[in-house]
Amino acid sequence: MTINKFLSKLSGRAALRGVIAIVIFIAIWEFGSRSLDLIGWRMPFVGLIPPPSDVLASWTGLFMEPSYWQSWYMSFLRVFTGFIVAMIVGIPLGLYMAINRTFYGIAFPSFEILRPIPPLAWVPASIIFWPTQEMSIAFVTFLGAFYTIVINVLGGASSINRQYLQAAQSMGASQRDIFRRIVLPATLPSIVVGSAVGMGITWEVVVAAEMISGGGAGGGASGGLGFFIWSSYVGGSYEQIIVGMISIGIAGYISSELLRKLGGRFTPWLKTR
Amino acid sequence: MSQSNTTMNLTMYRISSWLKSPKPYLMFIGFGFVLSFWYFSVEVWKLPRFQDMPALTEVLEEWFSKDPYYGLSVYTPEYYKHIGISLRRIAYAFCLATALGVPLGLFLGWSQKLREYIFPLFELLRPIPVLAWVPLAIIMFSGSETPVIFLTFLASFFATTLNTMLGVESIDEEYSRAAYCLGASRWQTFVHVVVPGAMPYIFTGLQISIGVAWFSLVAGEMVSGQYGLGYIINTAYIMVQYSQIIIGMITLGLFGYITSALVRVAGDYMMQWRVRELALGGD
Amino acid sequence: MSTLEKNDSMPTTGAIRIEDVVKVYDPDGAAVMAVDHCSIDIPAGEICMIVGPSGCGKTTLLNTIAGFHGLTSGHIYLDDEVLCGPGKEKAEPGSDRIVVFQNGALFPWKTNLDNIAFGPMMEGKLSKAEIYDKARRMMVDAGLEGTEDSYPGEVSSGLRRRVEIVRALMNEPKVLLFDEPYRALDSLTKSVMHEALLDIYYKNKVTIFFITHDLEEAIFLGHRLIIMSSRPCKPKKIVEVDIPHPRDYSVLTSPRFREIMNEAKGVVNEEARKAFEAGEKEG
Repeated sequence: MTINKFLSKLSGRAALRGVIAIVIFIAIWEFGSRSLDLIGWRMPFVGLIPPPSDVLASWTGLFMEPSYWQSWYMSFLRVFTGFIVAMIVGIPLGLYMAINRTFYGIAFPSFEILRPIPPLAWVPASIIFWPTQEMSIAFVTFLGAFYTIVINVLGGASSINRQYLQAAQSMGASQRDIFRRIVLPATLPSIVVGSAVGMGITWEVVVAAEMISGGGAGGGASGGLGFFIWSSYVGGSYEQIIVGMISIGIAGYISSELLRKLGGRFTPWLKTR
Repeated sequence: MSQSNTTMNLTMYRISSWLKSPKPYLMFIGFGFVLSFWYFSVEVWKLPRFQDMPALTEVLEEWFSKDPYYGLSVYTPEYYKHIGISLRRIAYAFCLATALGVPLGLFLGWSQKLREYIFPLFELLRPIPVLAWVPLAIIMFSGSETPVIFLTFLASFFATTLNTMLGVESIDEEYSRAAYCLGASRWQTFVHVVVPGAMPYIFTGLQISIGVAWFSLVAGEMVSGQYGLGYIINTAYIMVQYSQIIIGMITLGLFGYITSALVRVAGDYMMQWRVRELALGGD
Repeated sequence: MSTLEKNDSMPTTGAIRIEDVVKVYDPDGAAVMAVDHCSIDIPAGEICMIVGPSGCGKTTLLNTIAGFHGLTSGHIYLDDEVLCGPGKEKAEPGSDRIVVFQNGALFPWKTNLDNIAFGPMMEGKLSKAEIYDKARRMMVDAGLEGTEDSYPGEVSSGLRRRVEIVRALMNEPKVLLFDEPYRALDSLTKSVMHEALLDIYYKNKVTIFFITHDLEEAIFLGHRLIIMSSRPCKPKKIVEVDIPHPRDYSVLTSPRFREIMNEAKGVVNEEARKAFEAGEKEG
């Protein structure tokens, strides 16, 4: 959200500054991680991790490996499945809570009580309950995005300007019309924002679940990027850990971007601000 | 306008009007549904999926028994030990993240130059899920306590910094213009306008931040910690002590809610002006 | 100028000379001329009302005098000293020219008293005791006694406006710049505000540069009306208001008032229609 606005206003000088900071960061990293060899003293923390040059080498090697890309695919699949289900369940629920006060009174407190329980805490219960590991991961992923989406829908729906509703009523709109033509479109921006945030959380949960549950039915490549990182750690290829981290970062960014573009399609009026 | 409306009076008024509305009753109906669904599906109807799930009665018995079968109940000291450890970790991580994140966020929001240098780097690191840092954290930090706190700190830090920065950007430009007109220097404007003006956004960010802190803490504890609520849940699962899982989850939810409420209360206390403004509505 | 000469307690400083000012700005690549070779001479102590349709660029002119934007060409002088001009396109905001904003820019997180004391406190030339003493006295003078410890969010918007004006006056500015400050008030409150403003003016002579849409307000308050054309703005007609000061609301129904109103109205309506047809966004 902010990085794009930021990027679009970039002047040459600003871009340069950003690049400088990143370059300095990488330089410190490179130097620090090789510090033991270079100056005989191991820099704390940084000295223990693999240098960026090794990471890059490892990464280019992985481009050729199909299992690497399959990890990408698996993670993306889980993220989007969980996310879509969260939207299918969460948006109607949120909207219904927004328009029906009684239902809100019944459902919301229970929702709020369950919300502070981190999705990951549900993993064991989820594994017990669902027949396959895939489904248990999907359920936890769903939970992560679900809460955020519902909260955002509620927030968006409750801040609809009363006057829009009154205007519609005075023009003779039915309840259904009001819902379809006012409540729904007015809530869309919040849904889009909620989705973007929810997407970030979904990635967190997927990666965590993949690391904890140790891969999918086939192990190895079907474990997704989270599992990729964990097995790289266990197997001692530390450069791959960082490759995995960066890959997930990129994947997360891509998914958020996709969502934003998609959201932009549904809310063209926001562009004319 | 009466000046004797303290937050206490407002809170009392709000509580009493809440009690008179249908809200509390609806709330209990909602809880009733959830709990009875749990009870019936596991113990009475014995639905297929639910067979292995711990039963409501079982959990309640365990939680409140003086001599629990699996070892944790409100009467055992271990229970509180684990809670205490988790809370302590959250406290360290959250306080550190706030102490670093708020000033950084404020400066990033305020200084165009600083933002141009640092924000791209920040945004490059932020999308990496906090848990992806687990192996690196284990490598970098010795012991089993520091990595967990580091992860929690990281999540909290990113959330706090970002929200603070956005908060500064959301402040109406007219306030700083007014300050300049009145003779304030840039630094004075920062202290008297930007910092107080960003406070509401900072506190919203802090509530989000503590939420993600718990999230990361649990993950960290499940993977690499000893002790703590996440650890209990994970161990209970491995040792097939399912009722403990639920106890752990409920305790997590409870303390997650309490800590978040504490942040909100702290915010209300520090922003008396806003509490009064919202309640009385001015004009 | 006859209205000014009648009064012998006019200040000697605070004259503004706007000379051939042009302001072009560039939102998203399309060069827009907001101010077109504008020249206005405002003697010290005059209440100069700037009247024109929405979006014509009057606020841009005000912002240039205040120092929030730079100009593209031309000069602005304050008492024969260059405020901005070629080589120094942007003036420094300062307490000699204080702005009272359209939506009010009282700091919501400070009490009314703290708001009023803000300017001198920032400048640090007087002791805290002296500043607060003066602040209290000025509040009493302006009829604001009793609201010192309230927050702006707790009082009515009319009261807020008055506090903001007193805040500005604390710094003994040479010029007060008003950007449609009463636009959002209902007409009953507005008339009270007008009388309050004149009252304050009679006690503290400053030059006033006042932007408004409201012709009645303009004629009631001002020594002169400068009617601006639609965007880009340029003075189209100057109307002298030779109704003597001190004025009160009886002025509104005087025949001379009616005459001046007629004189001004034709021009104003013509420009408003042009702006309407051009589909101007709210200025």
